[in-house]
Amino acid sequence: MAAEVEETLKRIQSHRGVTGTIVVNSEGIPIKTTLDNSTTVQYASLIHSLTAKARSTVRDIDPSNDLKFLRIRSRKNEIMCAPDKEFLLIVIQQDEQS
Amino acid sequence: MEIVYVYTKKRSEFGRQCNFSDRAAELHVDIPPDDNVLEDFIERNPVDIGIQCVQEMSEHDANTERFETNVRGINHTEGGWPKDVNPNELEQVTRYRKKVEKDEVYISAVLQLGNSMEHCIKQNNAVDIYEEYFENVDAEIIDEAATAKTINVFRDPNDIKRTATHISWYPDGPRKLAVAYCNLVFQSTSPETSMESYIWDVENPNKPEMTIKPVSPLTCLEYNPKDAHILLGGCYNGQIAYWDTRKGSQPVELTPIEQSHRDPAYKTIWIQSKTGTECFSTSTDGQVLWWDIRKMGEPTDKMYLDKKQEFHNAQGAYCLEYEPTMPTKFMAGTEQGNIISCNRKAKTPLDKIAAVFTGHIGPVYALQRNPQFTKNFLSVGDWCARIWSEDIRESSIMWTKQYSSYLTDGCWSPIRPAVFFITKMDGTLDVWDIIFKQNNPTLTLQVCDCPLYSLRVQESGKLIATGSQDGTTTLLELSEGLYTMGRNEKNLVTNMFERETRREKILDTRHKEIRLKERTKEGKTEGEEGGEKPKEEVVEEEENLYTKAEKEFFDIISSEKKKQPTPNNDFSEVEKKENDINSSDANDESEKKD
Repeated sequence: MAAEVEETLKRIQSHRGVTGTIVVNSEGIPIKTTLDNSTTVQYASLIHSLTAKARSTVRDIDPSNDLKFLRIRSRKNEIMCAPDKEFLLIVIQQDEQS
Repeated sequence: MEIVYVYTKKRSEFGRQCNFSDRAAELHVDIPPDDNVLEDFIERNPVDIGIQCVQEMSEHDANTERFETNVRGINHTEGGWPKDVNPNELEQVTRYRKKVEKDEVYISAVLQLGNSMEHCIKQNNAVDIYEEYFENVDAEIIDEAATAKTINVFRDPNDIKRTATHISWYPDGPRKLAVAYCNLVFQSTSPETSMESYIWDVENPNKPEMTIKPVSPLTCLEYNPKDAHILLGGCYNGQIAYWDTRKGSQPVELTPIEQSHRDPAYKTIWIQSKTGTECFSTSTDGQVLWWDIRKMGEPTDKMYLDKKQEFHNAQGAYCLEYEPTMPTKFMAGTEQGNIISCNRKAKTPLDKIAAVFTGHIGPVYALQRNPQFTKNFLSVGDWCARIWSEDIRESSIMWTKQYSSYLTDGCWSPIRPAVFFITKMDGTLDVWDIIFKQNNPTLTLQVCDCPLYSLRVQESGKLIATGSQDGTTTLLELSEGLYTMGRNEKNLVTNMFERETRREKILDTRHKEIRLKERTKEGKTEGEEGGEKPKEEVVEEEENLYTKAEKEFFDIISSEKKKQPTPNNDFSEVEKKENDINSSDANDESEKKD
């Protein structure tokens, strides 16, 4: 099963435009990363808190609802966050046009 | 005198309840007026007492305290790790990570998240969901009225206000403004006046981002276009100094006083060079000095603004113009209203001044070549702004109307070749669009109540900063039409400049012809009259003219009298006729003079 995880992450990383993949746990600690340490820590802490905020917003509006996915479209790239109860998967994809 | 009134009441009635009842009025004492007392007093006459017939009002004002904000940084440290794991120990970290990776929850979560993530990545790669569909379609040109709005106002934070004499934009994007402050009125600077100049963050008008501390107030301040940390300043005492914002508020180096200008250094400009350290400056003492900031001990080159290069005849200059594409050429606008075009690398000293353009009747305060058409340049002085062509030295090819207030500064729009801006003493900023209107400015803005002194447009042409006499710098944003180039604007402007140049050329040759004719005529008449009692003849002629005029005058009056045998009651007509007579009389007189 662990090998399958590795494979999944590798596959994600191999997609066109993907520059980084990070798996963060519920404490905001990066478990798995393809970026250097300082960038990873920055992304992990900032995106983790943003995702938490987004989730609480969604749940405040409707308690029976939940956050499924968060896309942050920026001028240079797109940061995609898939939250789970325990873990958070962050993928940074470069904008094709730029 | 003692007035006594005695109440009497029986002892048994004490403490009883009152029983009031009505009764007739009775007199207890009568004091008649005493005339003796009157002698001690004087009657007040007249008596004046202020009386308002309306409700009295009072005025109060309250000032809410300004909310001051500032920016502070916070250092974050990495946290969130379990107690027994030290994030700095690589071994512990990897061990912890390995442990988590073996967790079943982790595996299932990643697999599940990976699927949805992959879906999104694929989606992104398949279609650009943010695609701009109508990018290539030109937006229709909207003929909206030109406007501008104030974005921010930066006030001189000192109690004694000084004029914002010069503004420079940060070279990398519209983020910062360097403003030089100096009281330019001769000998009116009190010793308590601050000498500091400031760099402002465009977003924060509450507090300057940085203070620049010169030895003498700065008359100009200029960012180095190659290195945004370095600023060049010209001081009121004539010295040139440069600052490095990384090294603090004090100047890095100053030119020695004996080598510097003898008047305020009104303009400093960076020269396009490989090192980006060369610059030149001018002042009302008539010198143009070149410097290298690596070696500020003495000027690298020197020139006087006089045709014969004599210092005592040199004309003082307020402004300089330098175009990086023409590295050896430059222009200076002088106090006498001349624009001197110079060539720094001329072979002989006499060739250094290539041309002099005369036209302004007051000091030239601003000079700039059109960014797109470098042959044409704008000058601002006295009551109008003029556009010149390098080919025609006799007169400008275009000019604005004569304003009622003095002009102080002006410059071209960096984007639109047809647009230029002018600041005036009455606190207004004028935007001219010569394609749209030539007789009046397209937009006139009252920026503040006190005179505006300086003006600078940001590279994008969208933002304008203008400084006033009381030290406020106003940041304005123009409407879109004023900083987007029209489709065939370049052609139109080229045509206009060429047409005006041609017109001036024709006029100029015509003037020359007339002058030549006059000169030959004068020569002829002088030759004929030469020697033979010319004075007497003139006197005789004059007498003849007098009698002739007199006769004509009386003739007119008599004819008028004949025309109206009865006195006319319509005064307007009488007046009219009188005017006619007067005017004919005046004509006679003018003839006489001729």
